[in-house]
Amino acid sequence: MVSPKTRDKLATFFTHVALILLVLLIASPIIFALIASTQSTSTILNYPPQFFPGNAIVRNFTVAWTQYNLGRLMLNSTIIAIAVTVGKTIISIFAATALVYFDFPFKSLIFVIILLTLLLPVPVRIVSLFELINNLGLADTYYAMIFPFFASATGTFLFRQHFQSIPESLTDAARVDGAGPIRFMTQILVPMSMNTIGALAVIQFIYMWNQYLWPLIIMQSDNKQVIQLGLKMLTGSGRAGVKPWGPAMAGSIIAMLPPLIIFLLLQEQFMKGFALKEEK
Amino acid sequence: MKSKYPGKLLPLLFLAPTLIVSVLFLYYPAGMSFRLSLYKTLFMGRKKVFNGLGNFVDLFTSPKFHAVVGKSFIFSFSVVVGGLVIGLGIALLANRKVRGARFYRTGLIWPYALSPAIAGTIWLFLFNPNTGMLTYVMEVLFGVQPDWLASGPLSMFMVIVAATWKNLGYNIIFFLAGLQNVPGEFLEAADVDGANVFQKFWHITLPLLSPTIFFLVVMNMIYSFFRTFALIDIMTKGGPAGATNIMIFNLYRDAFQYFRSGIAASQSLLLFVLVSILTLIQFKTSGRGVYYGG
Repeated sequence: MVSPKTRDKLATFFTHVALILLVLLIASPIIFALIASTQSTSTILNYPPQFFPGNAIVRNFTVAWTQYNLGRLMLNSTIIAIAVTVGKTIISIFAATALVYFDFPFKSLIFVIILLTLLLPVPVRIVSLFELINNLGLADTYYAMIFPFFASATGTFLFRQHFQSIPESLTDAARVDGAGPIRFMTQILVPMSMNTIGALAVIQFIYMWNQYLWPLIIMQSDNKQVIQLGLKMLTGSGRAGVKPWGPAMAGSIIAMLPPLIIFLLLQEQFMKGFALKEEK
Repeated sequence: MKSKYPGKLLPLLFLAPTLIVSVLFLYYPAGMSFRLSLYKTLFMGRKKVFNGLGNFVDLFTSPKFHAVVGKSFIFSFSVVVGGLVIGLGIALLANRKVRGARFYRTGLIWPYALSPAIAGTIWLFLFNPNTGMLTYVMEVLFGVQPDWLASGPLSMFMVIVAATWKNLGYNIIFFLAGLQNVPGEFLEAADVDGANVFQKFWHITLPLLSPTIFFLVVMNMIYSFFRTFALIDIMTKGGPAGATNIMIFNLYRDAFQYFRSGIAASQSLLLFVLVSILTLIQFKTSGRGVYYGG
């Protein structure tokens, strides 16, 4: 008979073992991608596959970065993702402030109109959005990647919910001091909303960075394309089976870094401001 | 009740950017798409003829479209069930109070940040018939060297694995959040009563998690229907012979490769009905702020 204490220790030990194995298992595709990104094409085409790093790391990353133009695509994606993230955050703070701290006609209707945009993801309106953007002469410009994404039901909803949860005692003091709406917003609400802002930044940056279908149809010049489509170029070139796998894996690593860094940096805000929100 | 600022014009000014973008880039194109769904497009999209509900009749009576819908549901169902079962299992382990729990949590959820295109690229490499690590593993374990890309069922399996892996982080995040709402006292009380691990899970944890499970079923369905286009485009392009041609991919092809924008718009409308039903269920049952990233 094992004593309860030993049993607890054993359980903890096996939990650690299981968690370490799971972390490795989830990471394994990326680990293999990392290994392949260091191997030359001839090494990769060897069978059985080599599980040790090769010596072509510099070459693979250079080919991906220059020959497949990923450097330029990274820049495009960065500009677009930052513009949308910042724009969306500001616009939704304004909208939520109006909804929580003002009274005006048709308020609930306006909120419903904003909320119902959730029913209209890109695939639902893609055919006509494509025509509209073409008619506006915005096709193949950054604007086509930025403007249609500016409205945010998620952002408005999250900020509205957060503003409603701020105790009035905190916000009233500022207004007794005579702060106007703009000052109230920038000096009181924004500093009190850092978790929500952080969470929204993570969500929106990743969402924008990972866009694929819309840029595929609306961006024509290779120089304005986004990084996700660079991966399509990498896997689309070469004959079946003899694709440039080394540069493709290098490209995948490059493309995943910015959203991953933002996610890791803002993870706590993301968990607190979004996922761990208590249901009300 | 919050005390309000006076003024009727200022709040409308604050709301103007959101409303203008919503109407111009969301409601208007959606409305135009719905109108277009009643038209037939001829001559590579150059001519449009009013067709009433003809497009829908065509879709509903076309065996080809039945296959597309069938593939979509097989794909979706597998991604939802696989993602939820695996995600919950991992979250239960990660929820145990051990040292370094935070580190483990990060190690388990980070693929959330990855795009479907990246998942597609890497899994395509792993499944590659000539060189892929998974092909090799299959040979070592089972003595077979499957040509994943040439077989319909194997291709479907391949995209399901990639899509499930990509969304695992999201599921674990929300299961961990849900598990925090399971009060420790309940479990301790059950301990006193001599309940075993499985009884505790079945009678306490699972019922208390049901709102989370429901939320995740809806979100995973939306993910698998709308967010997996890149993964399909990079891995299989809907092939072989339509085996992985799910609704979103078929819609893209009709609209932008075959220039049949009318029938593509009809498919958009069907997707709209689907997302509306899912969102309605989700709002009715949890009231949590839905996130599509939109």
